[in-house]
Amino acid sequence: MSHTSSRAPGQGPLSKHDIAALIARDIPHGSYVNLGIGQPTLVADHLSPTAGVVLHTENGMLNMGPAAHGDEIDPDLTNAGKVPVTELPGAAYFHHADSFAMMRGGHLDICVLGAFQVSARGDLANWHTGAPDAIPAVGGAMDLAIGAKQVFVMMDLFARDGTPKLVSECSYPLTGLACVNRVYTDLAVFDITEHGVSVRQTFGIEVHDLADRLGLPLLTGSPR
Amino acid sequence: MTARLCADADDAVAGVRDGSTVLVGGFGMAGMPVALIDALIRQGAKDLTVVSNNAGNGDTGLAALLAEGRVRKVICSFPRQADSWVFDGLYRAGKVELEVVPQGTLAERLRAAGAGIGAFFCPTGAGTLLAEGKETREINGRLHVLEYPINGDVALISAHRADGMGNLVYRKTARNFGPVMATAATTVVVQVRETVETGAIDPETVVTPGIYVDRVVKVADHA
Repeated sequence: MSHTSSRAPGQGPLSKHDIAALIARDIPHGSYVNLGIGQPTLVADHLSPTAGVVLHTENGMLNMGPAAHGDEIDPDLTNAGKVPVTELPGAAYFHHADSFAMMRGGHLDICVLGAFQVSARGDLANWHTGAPDAIPAVGGAMDLAIGAKQVFVMMDLFARDGTPKLVSECSYPLTGLACVNRVYTDLAVFDITEHGVSVRQTFGIEVHDLADRLGLPLLTGSPR
Repeated sequence: MTARLCADADDAVAGVRDGSTVLVGGFGMAGMPVALIDALIRQGAKDLTVVSNNAGNGDTGLAALLAEGRVRKVICSFPRQADSWVFDGLYRAGKVELEVVPQGTLAERLRAAGAGIGAFFCPTGAGTLLAEGKETREINGRLHVLEYPINGDVALISAHRADGMGNLVYRKTARNFGPVMATAATTVVVQVRETVETGAIDPETVVTPGIYVDRVVKVADHA
């Protein structure tokens, strides 16, 4: 695949909604998809009903609908973030072991996850800061990271302190090894390939500037 | 032994011993057996190991049991939540032990316990902090972690409807851990919104067959 610059340099980085819309466009028709808690849930707002994408929620449901409001709210029907949701026609319920067997068994086409860091090899760190006073809590993050056929990460490319989140080696505790396929960020979209990190698209930044700021070698053009 | 319909929640949790491992259903508040947990608080068993996806929300249910100082250890996937202040305080004060297990591995360890599986190799968590100290093996080019079953002495779960055999039907995502926990404990106690005559549940729709269920109690408000 060849690198394209969707916006001229100087135009600002993508907003979270722009990134979500971009991911939604890249999800093939009819895919089974799990959207992680946090930013990735925004992707649902950009999926057209005609796209035929089926959303999986780890707490035991396929064909999850949008958030519930008013009279629709049912305490028995929530998403993985414990937010009340709705069901779409063709929905199915199942227990937790089945839900994670579905995930671990490679039956989901795509999952979209947030991240603290992604390494050039596709290692993912998104569950624990490693801070000594942090209470560890993993939820379904490790199962999702290794289970879906393709793992997309959605994140800002740089942390608030300016340090890159796409790195040669993760410094945060890992969620999964070599599990990320693609990274969508405010400044660029990357594929993690066996040859290295390949730039698919940039938004308002040149590839050489991106490589400088990341301190990583970046491939452009077809990785094959 | 077929299921016994109990007079009330206190009757349903009678006999839980100190030091028991208690499996508690629910994902957040969906499927949380609040009436049974409240009864367990009154019953008084202590030094408990609680296995549940979360470690209590707000000040009721599991959080109340923790606040009473009755839980020695929590095995869960996601203790830290916006409203998990009871657990957070106890954990930081060193008053409760925590074993964090990836959610799917937690479900599968419970399933394995109920299915008589001695242990299983699972790719989840391989190469991470949560696999430290665990046996690993490369299978078909992929690293796997050896995981052991989690057996409960007691399971407290919530379902929508039960018949006289203890056959259970759940409702929507409140099903979550109920069916696997029902298979994994010596004594399985279920709170339901409604009980129906034996034969009134279409056998094709039974989710948990009554063979797994020991005690059923109808709880008015599903509180």
